[in-house]
Amino acid sequence: MTIADNSVQVLITPLAEMKTADTVMGGEPMGRSISATLSSRTGRWLVYGLVFFWTIPTFGLFVSSFRPELAVKTTGWWSMFLHPSVTLDNYRTVLSSAPGNENLAHFFLNSLKITIPATLFSVGIALLAAYAFSWMKFKGRDWLFVAVVALLMVPLQMALIPLLRLFTHGAHIGSITIIPYLHLNNSASAIWIAHSAFGMPFCIFILKNFVSSLPREIIEAARVDGAGHATVFMRLIVPLTVPAIASLSIFQFMWIWNDYLVGKVFGGTRNVPLTAHLAEMTGTRGQSWQLLTAAGMIAMILPLIVFFALQRYFVRGLLAGSVKG
Amino acid sequence: MGDLITALVIVAIGIGGLIAVLGGLYWLTRLFPTRWSERAKILIFLLPASVLMIVGLVVPAIRTVYVSLLDNNSKKFLGLDNYHEIFTTAGTRLTVINSLTWVLVGTTVTVIVGLAVARFADGMRGEKAAKSAIFIPGAVSLVGAGVIWRFVYDGPPFKVGLLNQVTKSLPGLPNSLGGDGLRSWFIERGLAGITPPSNAPGFNTFLLIVIFIWASAGFATVIFSAAIKGVPDSLIEAAKVDGATNRQAFYKVTMPYIRATIITVATTTTIAGLKAFDIIAATTGGNFGTSTIANQFFVTKFVQGRDGLGSALAVVIFILVIPVVVLNRRAQRRAEELMAA
Repeated sequence: MTIADNSVQVLITPLAEMKTADTVMGGEPMGRSISATLSSRTGRWLVYGLVFFWTIPTFGLFVSSFRPELAVKTTGWWSMFLHPSVTLDNYRTVLSSAPGNENLAHFFLNSLKITIPATLFSVGIALLAAYAFSWMKFKGRDWLFVAVVALLMVPLQMALIPLLRLFTHGAHIGSITIIPYLHLNNSASAIWIAHSAFGMPFCIFILKNFVSSLPREIIEAARVDGAGHATVFMRLIVPLTVPAIASLSIFQFMWIWNDYLVGKVFGGTRNVPLTAHLAEMTGTRGQSWQLLTAAGMIAMILPLIVFFALQRYFVRGLLAGSVKG
Repeated sequence: MGDLITALVIVAIGIGGLIAVLGGLYWLTRLFPTRWSERAKILIFLLPASVLMIVGLVVPAIRTVYVSLLDNNSKKFLGLDNYHEIFTTAGTRLTVINSLTWVLVGTTVTVIVGLAVARFADGMRGEKAAKSAIFIPGAVSLVGAGVIWRFVYDGPPFKVGLLNQVTKSLPGLPNSLGGDGLRSWFIERGLAGITPPSNAPGFNTFLLIVIFIWASAGFATVIFSAAIKGVPDSLIEAAKVDGATNRQAFYKVTMPYIRATIITVATTTTIAGLKAFDIIAATTGGNFGTSTIANQFFVTKFVQGRDGLGSALAVVIFILVIPVVVLNRRAQRRAEELMAA
């Protein structure tokens, strides 16, 4: 096990701190009197300053999105508080599917269509592999796992062009067809496959860490009682791994939802995710400021809901996965 | 809506199909003698992941290296000419320099901001709210971040960019610093009358790096917070008994203790900085001397259709990632030895 464990540490030190994950955002740790006094008055003001600086840009977009076109273009959003005028027109316009409008509802659905399956596929398939790497004995297992970890280093730009070629041409050596042309280009399924492939090393890595730390006695007892791998996997591994699956799924979901490059390259025009359409708008609709505000808010709404509703899981996943790149 | 339902049905069929195939294969293994059946089962568990990684990652990466040695139509073998071009052509060389600037400035400031918030917010009233506020930009997409910051930086014809309004309201600023409120922050490379040479990052690049820092600091804060809360109280208490001030306790006890975490965050941020693309695509599009390697990769391949040069740029990103990971590993080891001592 030593090879694998060593190289794992290359990328993943904060795992040791995972146990404190729940208190990270919570900020109500017990018995913290000492470190509490470490925070000085200047330090507090520094934090307030940073919070202000960090919040203002988003707040500005939020306020602007409810202002009428003329107001957005001629006065700063802060003047809204002096001359309040609120409208939902911007949202109505970008969501509308009438010709010439942005039809963002369509791209919002695209994003869901991409994100949900890609998350399910990558987490499910990675869990199978994580079980094999943790509880099945075979020669070269540690080296194989090291190879998977090494793949974490490969930037997805390295794989992008050939994978696109595979989707548009199939794979051939000379005149022999290895993988036929499957008409997958510009479809949601191309994006699923790309995201699952690119995310696989990361998902396996995270799940393997968790699955291999499950108590050995339970799994061995089940094996002794005659349970096969399939039974152990379904009856023990899956239920016991639920916390890790939840964290990883949320993390993957946010990652894929916010992705731009993969969706843009494999999505063609109709099937691109919301992010790609938003980026497109900044070019073609660069002067329709009032529409950009509403579109920006719509692109953000789901990640924000997920973040606030599932913060605890998300942060836990983040701590475990500080290597995602 | 019907669209989504169709997609989900396809997914259900896909997942069901995958389970059926794997289950079927698994059932078939019982026909083999025990030794072979065990091997077949291992193969079945590893099969989907292996196929995905080999077809989607390993073979494409190798092919990219190969294509980077060919001309832009993938016909003629050029050797290292594409790499030569990257480092000798002024435009692409600037993208490499810009990327290094992103990494150096972006990572350093992100780590400092993360540490500052993690340290000073620890135990203060409203800690949770403060950290959430810093983290929110990290939850939205980088494209979204780009859109948000356009409303800060954009200049004429947009009349009410936040930054211009701020510089306009400050008395005595020259127009080259936005004193008239009409500066195009994204476009102008110079600042206060000084124009950087064509092979140095412009001021507009630093403004883009601010967006990157803004988006990354929350992640750093969360990780550092966890680490700082993991420092045993007894250590800090002991330092204080010995007469250490808060500041000394932080630099002499906390910082060394969380050293490994700092290195990890720095590595992750560095790698993210090397891949900087979304922010640039949503703001300047890489124009006005703001392109980075990752953005240039996209433009070269998908706008200009030059496969060879595009692939070489992708390989350059990879080559720059490797020393970061190796250095990280070394520093990690040293940190561990320090902890053990």
